[in-house]
Amino acid sequence: MTRVRAFGLILFVLLVAAIGVVLIVVAPRWYAAGQPARPAQAAKETVATRKIRATLFYVSEDGRSLVPMEREVAYGDGLQEQAKRIVEAEIGPVPAPLASALPAGTQLRGLYVTDRGEAFVDFSRELVAAHPGGSLNELLTVYSVVDALTANLPAVHAVQLLVDGREVDTLAGHVDLRRPLVKSTIVVSR
Amino acid sequence: MKPISLALALLLVAILPGMSGAVRLPPAAYHLEPVSGQTVPAASPLVLLSAAGRRTVALTVIADHEMVALDDLAAAFQLSLRDDPLAGGMTLTYKGKTIALMPDQSIASVGGRLVSLPAPVVRDGKRWLVPVEFISLALAPVYDVRLDLRKPSRLVVLGDLRVPRVTVRQDLQAGMARVTVEASPRTASTVVQEQNRVLVRFDADALDAAVSAAGAPGLIDAIRAGDPPNTIAIVLGPKFGSFRASAVAVDAGSARVIVDLLPAGLPAAGTPPPAQPSQPAPPAAPQAPSDLLAAPSTPGVRTIVIDPGHGGADDAGARGAAGTIEKDVTLSVARNLKAAIESRLGLRVLLTRDADTAVSLDDRAAFANNNRADLFISLHANASLKKEVTGAEVFYLSPDGYAQAQQQATTTASLPTLGGGTRDIDVILWEVAQMQHLSQSAAFASILEEEMRKHVPMSATPVQQAPFRVLVGANMPAVLVEMGFLTNPEQEQEFASPRFQATLVQALFDAIVRFRDTIERTRSSQSPGPLSRPPALP
Repeated sequence: MTRVRAFGLILFVLLVAAIGVVLIVVAPRWYAAGQPARPAQAAKETVATRKIRATLFYVSEDGRSLVPMEREVAYGDGLQEQAKRIVEAEIGPVPAPLASALPAGTQLRGLYVTDRGEAFVDFSRELVAAHPGGSLNELLTVYSVVDALTANLPAVHAVQLLVDGREVDTLAGHVDLRRPLVKSTIVVSR
Repeated sequence: MKPISLALALLLVAILPGMSGAVRLPPAAYHLEPVSGQTVPAASPLVLLSAAGRRTVALTVIADHEMVALDDLAAAFQLSLRDDPLAGGMTLTYKGKTIALMPDQSIASVGGRLVSLPAPVVRDGKRWLVPVEFISLALAPVYDVRLDLRKPSRLVVLGDLRVPRVTVRQDLQAGMARVTVEASPRTASTVVQEQNRVLVRFDADALDAAVSAAGAPGLIDAIRAGDPPNTIAIVLGPKFGSFRASAVAVDAGSARVIVDLLPAGLPAAGTPPPAQPSQPAPPAAPQAPSDLLAAPSTPGVRTIVIDPGHGGADDAGARGAAGTIEKDVTLSVARNLKAAIESRLGLRVLLTRDADTAVSLDDRAAFANNNRADLFISLHANASLKKEVTGAEVFYLSPDGYAQAQQQATTTASLPTLGGGTRDIDVILWEVAQMQHLSQSAAFASILEEEMRKHVPMSATPVQQAPFRVLVGANMPAVLVEMGFLTNPEQEQEFASPRFQATLVQALFDAIVRFRDTIERTRSSQSPGPLSRPPALP
């Protein structure tokens, strides 16, 4: 009987000690540093991993046209950020046998959307320097960007491509780039 | 098709333009204008030729586009029409196959496949109108008899009738009149005189004929085509004495008959003289002044600017694996084309560059404008990431996005003139110079595609519209031709061969001749005088 009672007492003491440790050691950490830190970290994680589904446009296997393809694209906070993520996805790796219409090495330097829904997309000089030439390739390059932005972002109705921050006549001598272009399906597979 | 799938097809046509990534050609800028009030009957109806005979269907011009009523098509082609008041659409059925349409959409669902139309479907109360190309784009795929739409001549050939295209033109040369009749595809013919007419009779069911204006007073009263259907009749004037005729095969695709009409009193009747050339004699010196003065004043095509694409150290254009460079190919073809046109047609031909020099795209169009060219052809060779891709393509400008500039397009400015007073001139913004020539650019693009198809492989989408910079500022009918792919090893080899280049030149040459004849025919039948201009878009 006394053994049972002694065992109960030890249990009680341990319980009190545990509560004490929680109240004195752990709780202040939660309330001081822990509480603000945790949600921020969680938010960071969701922004980094959050994805949206978007229609991207890649060069078809036969090289003749753009094919629309549903893919996951990183979430961007706000119209401009989302537009950047979409263009970056157009530049990024593409599942074979499709290919990106943007020349290898091309970087997105900046992107700006006006109140009138015109997106200005600024690329590095590789867009012109590494372009393979030919009106077909040029149409594919231009409209992969124009169509990806206008198809996924209803607020964007026209897109102008810039190179190194400047307006250009054309990329390879054909397509008029001195004004924002509206969506066109001339090179999209039917 | 079952009612459910019909409704689905209509729904698809209805919602597609709003969907992201939808397949649809951009609407032409002039569609922004209200269509009512611009409806005018076309100059001549559409002619349907079949083994059963000939039948006409009225054409209506809406926003510069030739349209045809669905009711008329239904009667002519045995289609059943069904209005779908719920979806607001219209379905046509032919032998179990269905075409679905929605008003104001440039798209049709043809047996479940979507087809782009060059102009939107118009619903005018109970009447439905579709662009005339509907016949070739939507109707032909479901129809069980071959349908051949020849838009420039407003003709539809049903089945396997032999209806060669025939162009007739005449020139005055040193007192005699020369009538040149060219038929393609090559068709056998005979030339006989019957009373006061010389008849060129073709071995065909009918002719798709274009006759340019008469200009030989005394020798020729008139030239008539199609009476009887396979015959060109030259009605002789009082001064006529004798004629001589010769037939020449121009190439595999076409044949030419030359009829020289001589005035009475000249000793040349009966047999042709030994020196009769097998081709129309090129003028001794190009554009001999006497020839120009004697020629009937033709407000059609007199100056052509050929633009060899790319050029200069920084712009070689596309490259083939074996080292062929686009700028060299385009220059070589351009030079040969210039020589061919000058010697055989006597027209003025200018090149935007005649060496390996850099010329900006706007300067190329400006060069054509400053030289008052009547036609602008930019020559290119294409490139693809895949070496398998082949096929030529003809482009004309796509007008989307230029709509804003279009609204302020043609303003009139008053300029002071020397000696006092003012003169009103039309100011045309650079961005829209091409807009008022789009329908003629489209017509030339389609003619050029047809001529090229006879000689070279074409792409699956042989005529396209694109916002190409070099075409924007051109104030005349203008096209850009991608003659083939330098990235395809076989085509690259061909491009280097003089024979292939000569073939391209021939196709371009034939297209120019046909376009010139079409222009001259329409202008002479429509316009009261040489000063009239093609109507500008509103």
